[in-house]
Amino acid sequence: MSNASAPNDWTKPAAMAIPKEGYFTVEQGRYGPTYPRTPACYGFTIIAKIKPGTEADIRAYGKRIEDTIAASPNALAPLQLHYLRWVLFDIGQETYFMYQGIFDTDFDKYTEDAIQLFKATGVDTVFEKLEGFPTDWKTNAPAFIKFVREHQCPSFLEYGEYPFVSAAEIKKALALKQAFSSMLDHMQ
Amino acid sequence: MLDLDDIQHFLLTRPRAQAARYGFLSFRRPDHGRAWLSGIIDRVGRGSLASGGPFDSRWVTVAFTWNGLRALGIDEASLATFPEEFRQGMAHRAAILGDTGANHPDRWVGGLASPDLHAIVILFASDVAERERCVREHQQYATQFPGVEALSTLDLEATPPFDYAHDHFGYRDRMSQPEIEGMGITPTPGSGAPLKAGEFFLGYPDENGDTDPLPQPEIVTRNGSFLAYRRMDEHVGAFRDFLRAHGQTPEEQELVAAKLMGRWRSGAPLVLAPHKDDPQLAADPQRNNNFDYGKMDPHGYAVPLGSHIRRMNPRDTAVNMNRRRIIRRGGTYGPPLPEGAAEDGVARGIAAFVGCASLIRQYEFAQNVWANDPRFHELGNERDPIIGTQDGSYDMTIPRRPIKKKITGLPAFTTVTGGAYFFLPGIRALRFLADGAAAKPR
Repeated sequence: MSNASAPNDWTKPAAMAIPKEGYFTVEQGRYGPTYPRTPACYGFTIIAKIKPGTEADIRAYGKRIEDTIAASPNALAPLQLHYLRWVLFDIGQETYFMYQGIFDTDFDKYTEDAIQLFKATGVDTVFEKLEGFPTDWKTNAPAFIKFVREHQCPSFLEYGEYPFVSAAEIKKALALKQAFSSMLDHMQ
Repeated sequence: MLDLDDIQHFLLTRPRAQAARYGFLSFRRPDHGRAWLSGIIDRVGRGSLASGGPFDSRWVTVAFTWNGLRALGIDEASLATFPEEFRQGMAHRAAILGDTGANHPDRWVGGLASPDLHAIVILFASDVAERERCVREHQQYATQFPGVEALSTLDLEATPPFDYAHDHFGYRDRMSQPEIEGMGITPTPGSGAPLKAGEFFLGYPDENGDTDPLPQPEIVTRNGSFLAYRRMDEHVGAFRDFLRAHGQTPEEQELVAAKLMGRWRSGAPLVLAPHKDDPQLAADPQRNNNFDYGKMDPHGYAVPLGSHIRRMNPRDTAVNMNRRRIIRRGGTYGPPLPEGAAEDGVARGIAAFVGCASLIRQYEFAQNVWANDPRFHELGNERDPIIGTQDGSYDMTIPRRPIKKKITGLPAFTTVTGGAYFFLPGIRALRFLADGAAAKPR
């Protein structure tokens, strides 16, 4: 089916209520049903219990990512991200980790690239502190992917103030604005 | 080191063949299947024989579906250790691969979508006469084993003119192939470094430095590869009509054909010859693959972002390229449609194999994402113009200054009419399977 009719009017804010399964119709991806693109683009929210005593290590990892990006700003570029949010929160005596990412590619399509990047940037060291994470993940990509999918909590509502706009389009628009400003400066 | 005495020659060398036959088999009686296999193992070419020396036309290639491994006696516990996509088979993965509508497995020919498909035997021959001789010889041999049924066969012949390999549309083939580390072959400029053997053969370190665990039993899977088989009809009449509709002159029509592919039909890459065909460049392996996109054509003014070669091998504009490479083999079937002749409805096309270590990571990724993701490279509503699933509702954007050209409602130039996933075992594995060792209690 064509995507030609997909709504892409960025001037009109849009909200989308999503069924409990996380998708409207089953569309098979290589690793299972794919999740739809919404006014807030693609994304996932992975929530998993952490192993006892690992909270400080996980928190410390935030600083490592900060340093990694400062040193090589394009380190996460293949994920085509808009935003990442990492959260630790308690339920009773247990602590949970939430990894929320908003990005422009169907996660199912670029899953292996994401895992490769997790390895390269050491994000996997955080995953290793989560309960149930496969110990053989390095040579068992399907098990890694299964873990992610099992811990994905689909949104039931997503909203976009400028719906369906990709990070690349936003950057292009800002670059154009910059170029115009520069052009006007040169015409003074 | 690659165990060239054990690995089948199929993915290691490309025989200079003008003809081929693929036989699709079902083992109605396991004992006949094993006996048949036993008698042809000596005809299966090994990698060690492939390096240097002339191609031996007696060489055949044998590979099995998951159901075929079961039919030969592999136990259920072992069968369960094979990757899910191989266990399910290509027909089951139709929705993922875009095999919908006219391409749906319900419409496939030759019994390929059937669970009764157990094996393929591939014969490449120097010419048609040699193929016919080998076919007669095999038929005589196979009469001893009525429990081995040929579900179908497909004969292939090179399409004239024979000065270089090309498909029925006229596109030169075999322009860009990965080389394997340890084979001692220097890749042509622009083709990248040789790849680790583990990208194509099981039991070896891959580009990550990892050696993935082997499916069981190891004697069957070590030195083996997975093959994705695709039979794809080419609608030459529709293709030529399209070129005429979008190009006023023969030169313009050639440019439209080149824009769909990313190379002129001669094989000359548009990045290096953007305005005019250059057959000399096309024929020069030192130059004809020596280009990138990121630096040389970032906006697609030469090679459109959605063209076939830019999707199937995005080169420097995709990450982890070395984990997505594949080895292609195959040829053309059906009679050529003479230039100027009306479409005659006769089946003609390409029947090809993709060899890799992981069908889901390498082959299925290329088909699912590169060929069929409408949003590839932010395009929005396009699929591969040659091998993508087309139903008249997708577009093709040709970047051009000052304003791009957009072709809407691209027709389907190809239809998938068959396909299957096979496992291509090593020689020791073939002996093990033929001996029935797999079927004995352990």
